[in-house]
Amino acid sequence: MTTDTLSKQEVRKARIMGIVFLVFALGIVLLFLPGTTGANRTTFTLNMTRGEALTLPDLTFGTLPGLLVFAAMAAFLGAWQLAKGFRNHNAVLGAVVGLFVLAFLAWAARDKSMNITGMVQSTLLRAIPIVLAALSGIMCEKAGVVNIGIEGMMLSGAFLAALMGSVTQSQWGGLIAALIGGGLMAALLAVLAIKYKVSQVVAGTAINILATGITSYFSSRYLQTNAALNSPATFRPIAIPVLSKIPIIGPVFFNHSLVVYLTLILVVVIHVMLNYTRWGLRTRAVGEHPRAADTLGINVFKTRYINVILGGMVAGLGGAYLVLSSVARFDELMTAGKGFIGLAAMIFGNWTPFGALGSSLIFGFADSLQTKLAIMSVPIPSQFLLMAPYLVTMIVLAGVVGQSRAPAADGVPYEKE
Amino acid sequence: MSEQKSPATRSWTAPLKALGRGVAVPLLAVATALLIGALLIIFTDTTVIAAFGDGIGQGFKRGWEVISVAYGAFFFGAFGDLYHITETLRIATPYIFAGLAVAVGFQGGLFNVGAEGQYFIGGLTSVFVGYSITGLPWYIHLPLALLAGAAGGALWGGIVGLLKAKTGAHEVINTIMMNYIAYRLAEFMLDVGGPMARPGYRPVSPEIQPSAYLPQFVPSDTTIRFNVGFFLALAAAVFVWWLLFKTTLGYEIRTVGHNPRAARYAGISVPRIIVITMLLSGALAGLAAPMDILGVIHFMPNAFASGYGFDAIALALLGNSHPGGVVIASLLFGALRAGASNMQGVAKIPIDITSILQGLIIVFIAAPAIIRAIYRLRGLEKGEGLITTRGWGQM
Repeated sequence: MTTDTLSKQEVRKARIMGIVFLVFALGIVLLFLPGTTGANRTTFTLNMTRGEALTLPDLTFGTLPGLLVFAAMAAFLGAWQLAKGFRNHNAVLGAVVGLFVLAFLAWAARDKSMNITGMVQSTLLRAIPIVLAALSGIMCEKAGVVNIGIEGMMLSGAFLAALMGSVTQSQWGGLIAALIGGGLMAALLAVLAIKYKVSQVVAGTAINILATGITSYFSSRYLQTNAALNSPATFRPIAIPVLSKIPIIGPVFFNHSLVVYLTLILVVVIHVMLNYTRWGLRTRAVGEHPRAADTLGINVFKTRYINVILGGMVAGLGGAYLVLSSVARFDELMTAGKGFIGLAAMIFGNWTPFGALGSSLIFGFADSLQTKLAIMSVPIPSQFLLMAPYLVTMIVLAGVVGQSRAPAADGVPYEKE
Repeated sequence: MSEQKSPATRSWTAPLKALGRGVAVPLLAVATALLIGALLIIFTDTTVIAAFGDGIGQGFKRGWEVISVAYGAFFFGAFGDLYHITETLRIATPYIFAGLAVAVGFQGGLFNVGAEGQYFIGGLTSVFVGYSITGLPWYIHLPLALLAGAAGGALWGGIVGLLKAKTGAHEVINTIMMNYIAYRLAEFMLDVGGPMARPGYRPVSPEIQPSAYLPQFVPSDTTIRFNVGFFLALAAAVFVWWLLFKTTLGYEIRTVGHNPRAARYAGISVPRIIVITMLLSGALAGLAAPMDILGVIHFMPNAFASGYGFDAIALALLGNSHPGGVVIASLLFGALRAGASNMQGVAKIPIDITSILQGLIIVFIAAPAIIRAIYRLRGLEKGEGLITTRGWGQM
């Protein structure tokens, strides 16, 4: 491709982006302005009910002027994009989507109050299993093994967490069992993909089906008939001293159960490990060019085994979260597609831990919106609002074209010469 | 997996020949899976465990009793009499369509995870045509309802294809997103008071007109739910085979799937083929829904957790992305499901055992080396193996 056509494409893409921004601005006007009068007022509360050191005042503003300001800002960004162009249009796209979401919340909460801090907190909590699924994918795929089986690994982790958490009556027993469960499923994937060179998509699909079957079978044979086997001890929220008292930030970040902290730490740790350690360098070498890595004396098979099994344990942790920090029981198929959403978050986040966290938060927001909207009566059918995050993802994805790139040897079995 | 034949040399006889040479492996894979399933059933049965307490002999005796009842019911449920044979075929019918959908995607190098969503949309469009139009003769109404299903699925798949072709957006994410959008749309349409719900308090569509029914195969016996849909599915498999292996378009699809760069140099418009492949794949998945709706239940319920999305991927993989293979795999899955549902009724074994058997069969067929090692068989010929996408399909 010549630079000429490339720049032509860039120009076209920039123009499309500008139009997309304007469409969002227009959307605010068309969707939310009708029926909103000057008398409507929106209240965003920022305090959680318990224990911040400072109580923040509620944010109250006229709904109509608020909407107009959000629409005007989005329209301005669109016009600027068309006239001059932003250098980083993905960041601006994020800002425009953010404005749209704010406008929506302002509209949905007109003449009511909405707890924004609570919203952000539940967004984070609902993103946790998705982040863990995505991190699991990153661990495997950076080493060149496609992991379609995350869903199955999470499900196994969740099942064992419930079972062993109940049998040992200890959340730690449940957690360890979940890690082992995820790790075992991953070991199966690793053996099939690395030793037997089975197509990795096939192996992952087999793991999903197997895990679904095994967990549902044992659940209906034992867990459903014997409640004592399905009532695990759980992790209680731990408030971090001092930090948890800060308004907004405290309840959002510093008053959670162990698995939540572990997840946030894992995002940072995996980022650092992948980019700044010998293990990370080896992993990336194996994922990008296994032959070259082999020539340099890196054991391709060993690296892949380790990464896949660690990745499975991360997915198992995701299952543990669902059971031990969330609902305190196992239900058949309780992962409900979170492994696949995590896969989408991984690709969306360009195979980076922080990217995965960001995209998981979008899905987490979608999820938390669902419960919020059920409480507030919103005149749009809830199903359409619930579709919105998936639509937005598709639009954003169309915008971040060409920036998402899988490791070069992802999915290719390695054969030693 | 290491070496794939070029698309041109993969004739339709290749899988048959491979089957002739390697018929032992699939049979042994199924047998081994059933054996493991039997052990699972025996050792998760509390009466067997209790009997082992009375002595090893007692344990084995009780184990044998348990498994003969369970597997007796299983095989009777799959092949026992005319009714159960037709149930196997009936269950296999939508499987064939859904499996073909994913297989076509694989042949074109696209991973369609969205068969589920395409199924939902195909269901909505076909049931709408089925109940809303009255007074047509069946030979116009039925094809119209089928066509509507195909069109709905094609739309759902086509959008993803178009996005991939125009912007490079990854089909795996977008088909997953489209699944969720489809669930919500179906929920909205069929919810009590929704645009496609019947009056009353059940979230289901109205009954379709009898002129849109897929004709029953044994009209005199209404308990036999087997209908002509099965033959439509076989016809679809033949059509897909013809299209993929006997036409220029099929050659182009396979070339893009095999090596998009080479396809581009050969003058094939890769974006065009991507869109066509996704349209075709979506249409096939969309046609799976009318098999259930026009053929069996005659309306569309809300909360229609079909599970076809997962199963379709498994079927395409087991069938080696070849239409003939997909039909065989679908018959196998149909038999497993029909058998397991009878086994659940008779012997109280959870139907989830089907998924365990399916998973094991996929593992053993995908990794024939395991089966060969267990039964000491000779190795595969070079060049045999499963076709799927290459990782995330870089284009």
